[in-house]
Amino acid sequence: MEADLIRQPAAVLGDAIAAREVSAREVTKAHLDRIAQVDDRVHAFLYVDTDGALAAADAVDAEIAEGIRRSPLAGVPLALKDVLAMKGVPTTCGSRILEGWRPPYDATVVERLRAAGVIILGKTNMDEFAMGSSTEHSAYGPTHNPWDLERIPGGSGGGSAAAIASFEAPLAIGTDTGGSIRQPAAVTGTVGVKPTYGGVSRFGLVALASSLDQAGPCTRTVMDAALLQSVIGGYDPRDSTSINAPVPDVVAAAERADVRGMRIGLVKELSGEGYQAGVEQRFREAVAILEDLGAEVVEVSCPHFDYALGAYYLILPSECSSNLARFDGMRYGLRVGDDADRSVEEVMSLTREAGFGAEVKRRIMLGTYALSSGYYAAYYGQAQKVRTLIQRDFAQAFADVDVLVSPTTPTTAFRIGEKVDDPLAMYLNDIATIPVNLAGNCAMSLPVGLAPEDGLPVGLQVMVPPQADDRLYLVGGALEAALRDRWGHLLIEEVPAL
Amino acid sequence: MSTVTPIPFDDAIATFDPVIGLEVHVELGTRTKMFCGCPTDFGAEPNTQVCPVCLGLPGSLPVANAKAIESIIRIGLALNCDIVEWCRMARKNYFYPDMPKDYQVSQYDEPICINGYLDVTVDTDEGPRVFRVDIERVHMEEDTGKLTHAGGATGRIHGADYSLVDYNRAGIPLVEIVTKPVVGTGALAPAVARAYVTELRDIMRGLGVSDVKMEEGSLRCDANVSLNRPGAEWGTRSETKNVNSLRSVERAVRSEIERQAAVLLAGDRVVQETRHLHEDTGVTTPGRSKEHAEDYRYFPEPDLVPIAPSREWVDELRATLPEQPSARRARLAQAWGISDFDMQALVHAGVLDLVEESVAAGVAPEAARKWWGGELTRVANERGVDVATLSVSHGDILRVEELIASGAINDKLARQVFEGVLAGEGAPDDVVTARGLAVVSDDGALLAAIDEALAAQPDVTEKIRSGKVQAAGAIVGAVMKSTRGQADAAKVRALLLERLGVSE
Repeated sequence: MEADLIRQPAAVLGDAIAAREVSAREVTKAHLDRIAQVDDRVHAFLYVDTDGALAAADAVDAEIAEGIRRSPLAGVPLALKDVLAMKGVPTTCGSRILEGWRPPYDATVVERLRAAGVIILGKTNMDEFAMGSSTEHSAYGPTHNPWDLERIPGGSGGGSAAAIASFEAPLAIGTDTGGSIRQPAAVTGTVGVKPTYGGVSRFGLVALASSLDQAGPCTRTVMDAALLQSVIGGYDPRDSTSINAPVPDVVAAAERADVRGMRIGLVKELSGEGYQAGVEQRFREAVAILEDLGAEVVEVSCPHFDYALGAYYLILPSECSSNLARFDGMRYGLRVGDDADRSVEEVMSLTREAGFGAEVKRRIMLGTYALSSGYYAAYYGQAQKVRTLIQRDFAQAFADVDVLVSPTTPTTAFRIGEKVDDPLAMYLNDIATIPVNLAGNCAMSLPVGLAPEDGLPVGLQVMVPPQADDRLYLVGGALEAALRDRWGHLLIEEVPAL
Repeated sequence: MSTVTPIPFDDAIATFDPVIGLEVHVELGTRTKMFCGCPTDFGAEPNTQVCPVCLGLPGSLPVANAKAIESIIRIGLALNCDIVEWCRMARKNYFYPDMPKDYQVSQYDEPICINGYLDVTVDTDEGPRVFRVDIERVHMEEDTGKLTHAGGATGRIHGADYSLVDYNRAGIPLVEIVTKPVVGTGALAPAVARAYVTELRDIMRGLGVSDVKMEEGSLRCDANVSLNRPGAEWGTRSETKNVNSLRSVERAVRSEIERQAAVLLAGDRVVQETRHLHEDTGVTTPGRSKEHAEDYRYFPEPDLVPIAPSREWVDELRATLPEQPSARRARLAQAWGISDFDMQALVHAGVLDLVEESVAAGVAPEAARKWWGGELTRVANERGVDVATLSVSHGDILRVEELIASGAINDKLARQVFEGVLAGEGAPDDVVTARGLAVVSDDGALLAAIDEALAAQPDVTEKIRSGKVQAAGAIVGAVMKSTRGQADAAKVRALLLERLGVSE
């Protein structure tokens, strides 16, 4: 299997490593080599931890030799979004303001990856502090979509998605505040899962919006996502918003991959105007397949979804204006203007002015305004009410159907530079993914074909109630298998050679 | 701003009614911080009791300390508050280098304890008078770090060359107790303020939730004062920050009444501002203006789940509250047969617990009061230590009392016994033996000493013989001196009178 190590799913690699058909070092080396070959064009990585990865791989090989297999993913490489703290490794969140910071601690997600023997290759590019849908807002330059290097790989987790799609890593971790795992998955032809809020510990995840952020898997197959979610999910006493209950058996669900008898709801509000024709077409074809597989499909209405984007762009900036206050140049990262004459306030201002990009400043200002005395009730308060209404829409829909589906994004990948100066157009990319974050549900995006008009990947989003993550995998697994039968391969196999 | 010459307190009170309000911050004595597992010990090397959470490092998350929540509920119950069924923490946003996250996790419009009161007693010319201080809210928050301004003359930020920050204190659980405005105290306002803080301190101590050491900042008080002419609307208030002793609480209120009265009588207006009390002069000087309220952009802390104490838990905590200090003092005063005044003396000396423990160990109340309130407090003051830390046990006191009762030693010798015990010379009996402190009980030796004294003072001897028995004291004194205190004065007196053939 050596020739195509980088094209194997994580599950296959894990088994091969356990069976000593290939070593973790060989697998890791193959991916490091791939990164060295292609990442100058893709720019998925901000930092590659070659030594750390190889040392971790050797440790896994030593354990395998003793018959110890920490997890089905032991020895499998992974790309980590640069928003998660990893001890001793630069963590920038795509921002200048954190330049040079090496966390003294591991995020819980990183701890669990290490405990499972997963090999962390390095840190992936992202929109600064996860604000964006294209990775163009990274202070370190954009990431390119492996399907078309002139196009965006989505955002904020464009680096993680591009690393997967370019075979630089079989697994990646993303974080999803309004779609930052699912939208990049959709536009790169990969699988992305936003687990239930509280399903994966946020400890060590540098917060954008605390009540919305959630880390999750980015993979090329549904089963790989299930295996990865099993590794990183579960209760963490260090995150008080973490759910103290067993993680649903997502691996078993991915194996079962069965939608027979399931009622599937098409969300009326997440289609029509603003949705690219080819996206709608591939979406409807996929829904028809689900019907063929034995699911019953009905249309449902979630009327308050129309207000989701507006509520989101009040709640997120409000929380982020507070979360990002700590970047003041006093304790870590960038410090500007400290000439021994300037006051602390001046140094803080100069540091933040120089360290933050335009989009971050825009959202800090929006949030500061929305939380101001006299405006709080009209903005933050109203947005929280909308949030409750959206939760009710979901609850009502799930009283009738088992899962909801929609296109993940209104369009396929747009061109780099196309929307970077038009924040509203950029924000509209997340129109279908945001409701899930506001409600705390979980959702998956998986590839359902290439849009006829541009030949770019289209994603279908599956949404289920909180803590029903396993249901995502029943649907995702079934649809993926049916599509593979139809095409004879996974969609990702069609990605152009780099 | 012009400075004014304060007018005398009595004149101020003759013209104006004061309204006071007190905000007290209490650092809880939990073993760990409010939102992380770092220790809370005072006085450690700077920045050694810190972790990613209390340093606010990117990605870190708070988890509320259950013990701290339990403590604040107990405080609320002791202050007769309602404990809400559901509340949230809130973020108070402002930039300051002593705050690792540039927001403080606190509570805003959903405090955990509301609507309480505390009755306090102050002494007046007409006897003790009780004032009810209404408590608006008790809420929890995290403490900030501590800035040290170095290189300047004053230790304040202005003129400093640089500032150092110690985050050991950051994240220590704080409880803020806010009174409603207290009216109708008149000239007693300073005394009421002091009595309130004193009572609060004793309650915290009784609950065991804090060491409430004002000098170490584990209890800090902000005193709000405004004046108005009788019947008129309340005036503008000033807020004297971080008053750090009970005496200063009283002085801060008094000083502000005197200052504001002068300002108002001069036809000026009182500025809404914070002020600092100068411990040396007892006067306050302005801090920052509060005319334009800072916008803290409070919003519910999304990193923490709401706090919803169950009614069962609250009832359980209520049932296990210790006796209130005022009730305890009344009970003990009655049991020991002492006056309020004597009880106050024990409280002020900080020996009430010790006396109670000695009594429980079998020491007579009178004797326990005498030793703890007298000799042992004197020694502790001399050494500059807390009397409770002296290395003397309640058993030692009991034994000393037994030795006195048996006539083996007297009070004066007992002091030497304590001196020996405190010096580590062993148990009271060991000290008596080692120092040879037994009372001289050999009649022959005493008679010889008496004869010697009589011979030395023939005129006194003559007086006694002639029936002036009260003159015997001089001879007894001389005998006690010559026996270096090791005699029983009563016995000396009896022998002396017998010798001279006179009776009482």
